[in-house]
Amino acid sequence: MADLGLLTKKALQTRIAILKMIYQAKGGHIGGAFSCTDILVTLYYAVMRIDPHNPRWEGRDRFVLSKGHSVEGLYAILADLGFFPKEELDSYRGFHSRLIGHPTNRVPGIEVNTGALGHGLSVGVGMALAGKMDGKDYKVYVLMGDGELAEGSVWEAAMAGSHYKLDNLIGIVDRNRLQIGGSTEDVMALEDLRAKWQAFGWEVLECGGHDFQNLVETFGKIPAVSGKPHVVIANTVKGKGVSFMEHQAGWHHRVPNEEEYAQALQELEHMMGAV
Amino acid sequence: MKKTNKMPCRKAFTETLLELARKDRDIVALTSDARGSVTLEQFAKELPEQFVEVGIAEQNLVGIGAGLAACGKKPFVCGPACFLSARSLEQVKVDVAYSDLNVKIIAVSGGVSYGALGSTHHAVHDLAVMRAIPNLTVVLPCDVHQTRKLTEALVDYKGPVYVRMGRGAVADVYSEAHVPFAIGRANVLLDGKDLAIIAAGETVRHALDAGLALKKQGVSARVIDMHTIKPLDQETVLQAACDTGNLITVEEHSVYGGLGSAVAELVAQNYPVRMRILGIPDEPAVTGESSQVFKYYQLTGDEIVQAALAMLDV
Repeated sequence: MADLGLLTKKALQTRIAILKMIYQAKGGHIGGAFSCTDILVTLYYAVMRIDPHNPRWEGRDRFVLSKGHSVEGLYAILADLGFFPKEELDSYRGFHSRLIGHPTNRVPGIEVNTGALGHGLSVGVGMALAGKMDGKDYKVYVLMGDGELAEGSVWEAAMAGSHYKLDNLIGIVDRNRLQIGGSTEDVMALEDLRAKWQAFGWEVLECGGHDFQNLVETFGKIPAVSGKPHVVIANTVKGKGVSFMEHQAGWHHRVPNEEEYAQALQELEHMMGAV
Repeated sequence: MKKTNKMPCRKAFTETLLELARKDRDIVALTSDARGSVTLEQFAKELPEQFVEVGIAEQNLVGIGAGLAACGKKPFVCGPACFLSARSLEQVKVDVAYSDLNVKIIAVSGGVSYGALGSTHHAVHDLAVMRAIPNLTVVLPCDVHQTRKLTEALVDYKGPVYVRMGRGAVADVYSEAHVPFAIGRANVLLDGKDLAIIAAGETVRHALDAGLALKKQGVSARVIDMHTIKPLDQETVLQAACDTGNLITVEEHSVYGGLGSAVAELVAQNYPVRMRILGIPDEPAVTGESSQVFKYYQLTGDEIVQAALAMLDV
């Protein structure tokens, strides 16, 4: 079993880095970055097979951040793991920085450029197909936002994933139930989401997206061979970790002011102290 | 000299790709229920493990191609130009070009190949949009011989390429024994000093016919096969501008944003000369057999001759 204490610590550390990056750059998508922080931490510190010293290692598991606007947490984690120097995080969104507002593969550890929603799962299908063709045992993880699922291309990819029996493909839905315009169910209803994925031929797992034990166990349950792609619906809270940001669509891409920044930092550091 | 091949370029492409794919397991052909249009049936039958069918889903087609390329495969994403250059344009822009992945986009039945089917099936905007996407090479082969050479070149060419070819069989421009070809390097088919006719894809044969006809009338026309629209062979264009002072471009594309625009952008800023852009005007293209559409928009040999004579005030 993974070290849950370590994951808790890494998650707080990541949230603090996200907060600092966004406050410093005066831009970013803090709500969604916080909702998927614990998923990213679980994948990078407990689930995926990666080698920070050899980012292009052929046997690595592949990760695609389809909800590319939540890139800040990914940068923080890749830097922490040593894919690039931590000091570079200060250049986030800066002029000519490679750490731009959406992922690009100019950054070590990032496979493909994302940011236009609804693209990641198709790319993941291609990666998983390549793995099958070459007889490789790597897995492909694609993290999507829930609002993103309104993109029709996601469902084109979902069809292909099951058609080609890609059991090496794992979709993850950051189910925070909020998108920029409000509740996902008001903007464009997604439920019954489990039934939708099942109808498209996917094995559906559901878990608490902030419960490390639950996350680790859920990813651990995914069988190596099953003839079906898997999707993990991770129930999350937008803005998770900072009291006044939680469950607020308004924090989709709002930048905290000085006072809010101080309070958010205090809350996160207080939790860090308690770990 | 002018031999009409029974084989369309798309068939020359798939035959060559199949030959190459037998030896290179990383070559993968993908299509969106267009294996008939692209002529990939034999490929699919013989190398099923290197063939991916995605159904009628062009966005997914290009995205999957990008994922395969990200894992070291050499995907050839094939489908009608009208859909690949519109429905899946964002995937081409983001997943392929922006991510700098080694995906070859093979757009068949481009231009007004599907003449009678109307604007939904015409692709006369594709060169304009593809040309404006950074990191994308844009190539139009003009006959089966060049298509074979191009296909071989594509396998070794690293990076994203958009290839547009037509649907029907076209008359030869080259012969099996003589096909000079390098991506980015235009071919001068006929030398001349009075004017230069620059064409790409199916219009090359018409441009060459015009050049030969003009010669009989005592007009010395240079004919250039600009198979690669991007990166444009600037040297060949500027040399032609300098030597002749009169340029005519001919394309199976809107007069906005395609070959004519590419040439005009270059000469206007470096060596302005008289220029005429022959192509499809800003209107839903007239429908009918593609040969009728070519004639209507004055893209065939006789009409190009008239445009040349008018330009030279002969």
